[in-house]
Amino acid sequence: MSVLVDEDTRVVVQGITGGEGKFHAEQMLEYGTNVVAGAVPGKGGQAVAGVPVYDTVQGAVREEDADASVVFVPPAFAADAIFEALDADGLDLVVAITEGIPTQDMSRVYRKLAETDTHLVGPNCPGVITPGEAKLGILPGDIFSDGNVGLVSRSGTLTYQVVDNLTQRGIGQTTAIGIGGDPIIGTDFVDALELFEADPETEAVVMCGEIGGEDEEEAARYIGERMDTPVVGFIAGRTAPPGKRMGHAGAIVSGSGTGTAESKIAALEANGVPVGDTPEDVADHVADLL
Amino acid sequence: MRLHEYQAKEVFADAGIPTPDAQLAETVEAAVDAAESIGYPVAIKAQVHVGGRGKAGGIKLAESESEARAAAESILGMDLKGYRVSRVLVEEAVDFVDELYVGVTMDRGEGRPVAMVSTRGGVNIEEVAHEDPDAIAREHVDPAFGMHPFQARKAVYEAGVDRDVAGDVASILQTLYQLWDERDGSDAEINPLMITSAERDAAGSAGDDVRAERGVIAADAVFNVDDDALFRQPELAAMEEAASEGDALEAKADEYGFDYVRLSGNVGIIGNGAGLVMTTLDLVDHYGGSPANFLDVGGGAKAQRIANALDMVFSDENVDSVVFNIFGGITRGDEVANGINQALEQFDEIPKEVVVRLAGTNAEEGMAILNEDLVTVEDTLEDAVKRAVEYAQEVNA
Repeated sequence: MSVLVDEDTRVVVQGITGGEGKFHAEQMLEYGTNVVAGAVPGKGGQAVAGVPVYDTVQGAVREEDADASVVFVPPAFAADAIFEALDADGLDLVVAITEGIPTQDMSRVYRKLAETDTHLVGPNCPGVITPGEAKLGILPGDIFSDGNVGLVSRSGTLTYQVVDNLTQRGIGQTTAIGIGGDPIIGTDFVDALELFEADPETEAVVMCGEIGGEDEEEAARYIGERMDTPVVGFIAGRTAPPGKRMGHAGAIVSGSGTGTAESKIAALEANGVPVGDTPEDVADHVADLL
Repeated sequence: MRLHEYQAKEVFADAGIPTPDAQLAETVEAAVDAAESIGYPVAIKAQVHVGGRGKAGGIKLAESESEARAAAESILGMDLKGYRVSRVLVEEAVDFVDELYVGVTMDRGEGRPVAMVSTRGGVNIEEVAHEDPDAIAREHVDPAFGMHPFQARKAVYEAGVDRDVAGDVASILQTLYQLWDERDGSDAEINPLMITSAERDAAGSAGDDVRAERGVIAADAVFNVDDDALFRQPELAAMEEAASEGDALEAKADEYGFDYVRLSGNVGIIGNGAGLVMTTLDLVDHYGGSPANFLDVGGGAKAQRIANALDMVFSDENVDSVVFNIFGGITRGDEVANGINQALEQFDEIPKEVVVRLAGTNAEEGMAILNEDLVTVEDTLEDAVKRAVEYAQEVNA
């Protein structure tokens, strides 16, 4: 089992004619992902890597029965591309890889999202992978292995690192979800944890967070109150100096100092979540649980 | 990107928010001339990107020519928390009876903008938010509709703003929101928004209108722009100035477009992705070393960018060894290896030991390209960090 994606997921790649779109569409196909269409305005009728391209996402959904989209569209046009995907009838999942989308654009996307049943993962994320079945995004497929541990992470490369440590120890994954590090994202920790909690195959979950914001604290409360599946945590940024790159906006809004590594680790541990000191240590904790 | 106070005030004034008469000056003479033409008393304010300027001696009041000269002499050229002051804003000192705070920012938890008003203006608003969150009235805005006029009024009345100026403050809040929205602000703040006494004399400006009623005026202005949106804000992007006043290495990082933070240790750290770079820092610390910096090359870095990153870290005298940790997703190992070779092949002798760990997309291709005479290669993150820490310790042994 898996969450969000599996071998039947029919994927449309938005921006498939661009450099990154083409490269990663090929990588996804090579991994075995069911990439059924591309969508690029003005490029309808072409084919990339044998995949037919449509002018609109709706066209790809209608003609190829796509039910998920991956967005490789440059930042200036990415929010519009996500809106288009949310507007297309029949997409259950939109994965936005693009880094650098203006925050106000994402705020509008986020509002639209509340009116739909579609899951948005990202933006500025590595994507979603169910090992051996499908990958939607840029994750390096060969480090993943099939198994029973779910993984959710704010950081792409940290996801790879932790998965690498898990796989080296013989611990496979049900699905890994990179939720992205931007201020405004679609699927957050709690959404991802809910999906894993509901998945009978997922026997443990690894949650990788980092300093800033309060999402990890919120997730910790959710785990304590609502989850039976055990979770192992990791928080990056223990040594990051305070005050750097933490805009004071968050502090004003939250009415407290923004999330330090210590506060996140304390919140997780208070809710029964062991937190690894290193990625290797995370794998040790998971091995103990299984 | 942060605008200077004088730039933010220009933007605010253009939108119709009242600001004091002011002139920018780069020399003591120019500052004194400005003070004379504006009329005393004036405030002389350092224009640097530093908070708490007043407490640090970067803002002084002057009531006469001699005071203005003395103030400008002490502020121009001063070192303000590491930043050299090259310009001052000479500004009409407003006679006020009260101070307010108004601001607009993105509430990342809610995913939508929030407008804020507080009668606790003129002080550090983060402290107010922390100690007495109820002292700030907050109104969330639906980004699809923008701020309704009633929302601005609601925030102002809930904050308990004096009824005489409530309408003016609501109108300023609405204008501030529109600016924030149209100009891709990340934070827009006026702190303090001064409530002026009746009969404020707009001296210096032609016509000398004397207000019969109390009014409001933006005595300070903050406008930070979303860096990701600068491509569509050419006017604001043009206001960005070379960061020559700050740390030379951070200025260089700006030029190269890296996320870079200088730290106090001696193990240089380069990696891709903020989470992984932070984890590398944490591991250096974990294995007994001390990180010299945080440098994220970002996603999809090409060879030249990798070479630039090495150049950056080599430029830091405190660095004794470098750990280069790349886990490719969108970044490709062959590009990284080419960049490392390109940066190192120009040296007769490599200035610092470089430990490289390459994994993920095209890592094998990268390992085949990498010139192993120039670097130490390790297969795992843990081993790479341990080795770099050892090298740094050897340098200091």
